[in-house]
Amino acid sequence: MSEAAPVMDPIHQFHIKVLAPLSIGGVDASFTNASLFMVVILAVIAFLMIVGTSGEHIIPNRLQTLAEMAYEFVASMIRQTAGDAGMRFFPFVFSVFMFVFFSNLIGLIPYTFTVTSQIIVTFAFSATIILLVLGYGFYKHGTHFLRLFVPSGVSPLLLPFIVLIEIISFAARPISLSVRLFGNMLAGHITLKIFGAFVVMLAGAGAYALLAPLPFIGIILLTAFELLVAFLQAYVFAILTCVYLNDAIHPGH
Amino acid sequence: MAHDAEELQAGTEVPGGPAHEATFPPFDPNNFAAELIWLAITFGAIYFLMSRIALPRVGSILAARKDKIESDLSAAAKAQDDAAAAAAAHEKTLGAAKSKAQTLGQAAHADAQKQADVRRAALESELNAKLAAAEAQIASTKSAAMANVDAIAAETAQAILQHVTGKPADPAAVSAAIAALKG
Repeated sequence: MSEAAPVMDPIHQFHIKVLAPLSIGGVDASFTNASLFMVVILAVIAFLMIVGTSGEHIIPNRLQTLAEMAYEFVASMIRQTAGDAGMRFFPFVFSVFMFVFFSNLIGLIPYTFTVTSQIIVTFAFSATIILLVLGYGFYKHGTHFLRLFVPSGVSPLLLPFIVLIEIISFAARPISLSVRLFGNMLAGHITLKIFGAFVVMLAGAGAYALLAPLPFIGIILLTAFELLVAFLQAYVFAILTCVYLNDAIHPGH
Repeated sequence: MAHDAEELQAGTEVPGGPAHEATFPPFDPNNFAAELIWLAITFGAIYFLMSRIALPRVGSILAARKDKIESDLSAAAKAQDDAAAAAAAHEKTLGAAKSKAQTLGQAAHADAQKQADVRRAALESELNAKLAAAEAQIASTKSAAMANVDAIAAETAQAILQHVTGKPADPAAVSAAIAALKG
């Protein structure tokens, strides 16, 4: 299918292509198009945050303004959701936000690869976050961290059910966090691809070519919408990270 | 790639053929190991660069800017206070100068008034003296004239009497009659 008509195949864009085969101790570590775009994301973030701030100007230039805006955006996000104690996780949350945001953004450029459209990537992030929450919670509060699952002021009769629900909701967090980002990216890119295929199909279908601009207008609108989604999903991912970390910092409800 | 291992196991696939078309690519477990390894490498690098270089640097830039703004603001507030103090001192000096000028003016005015009063008093007394002298002269002239009038009246009366009676009148009686009339 994809071999026959890759232009028409909306799934084709998610294929992993090996650029340089590599194996470490029998484990596949090939440099793929996904790895390439992870390196691109790393380069873009490093350029913005390190080259952009190298001048250390009191009156910032454009790039430094952008870097400062990113810094203050994430810093205020953490302060609002997790308080000043949450600033200990600032580098982690900042890195997560920037990685997800630039992955989403770079993926919107045609012919690129969207790293966050791979479930394993988003799941790796959410699993790391939940393990961090659990690890920090038990390290900081010991067994008191388990009070997270026991809300105060609940009648003893209902308590077992409430605790069960709390545990299930906590366990669902890594899944919902990773699937939300993955699903948004996947669906957005498939939609764009399908609209693009409509344009090509209509343009090559005789008199129907007159209708071809309609899906093209749709692509323009969808691209604008996807830009919003790219930022919004990075924001949601980062702010939920803050909220979950807040549970580890302040486990009492 | 990971496909190679399975292709070797299968041993029947044509190399490069669509070995995993049935699997949705994002869910293909064969890709997971490579993606996780490269994600760990790149995200680790980002975390290292952000936490060690970028974020402390941006933090120090923001702190330096905050300090600069605060010191500039306090310097501006100090300058404003100084200006207000200078304005108050100026106002005070101006007020003192004004009141001094006023007292000086009042003193000069009073002085001039006094001098004028003295001169007027002198002038008035001189004029009064002259007036009194003139009045005295008028009074003496008048009394002299009045004495002359008595004599003229007596002579006129004698002349009238002589003309009417035809004989000289007694001057003593005429004088007595005039004196009685006057009295």
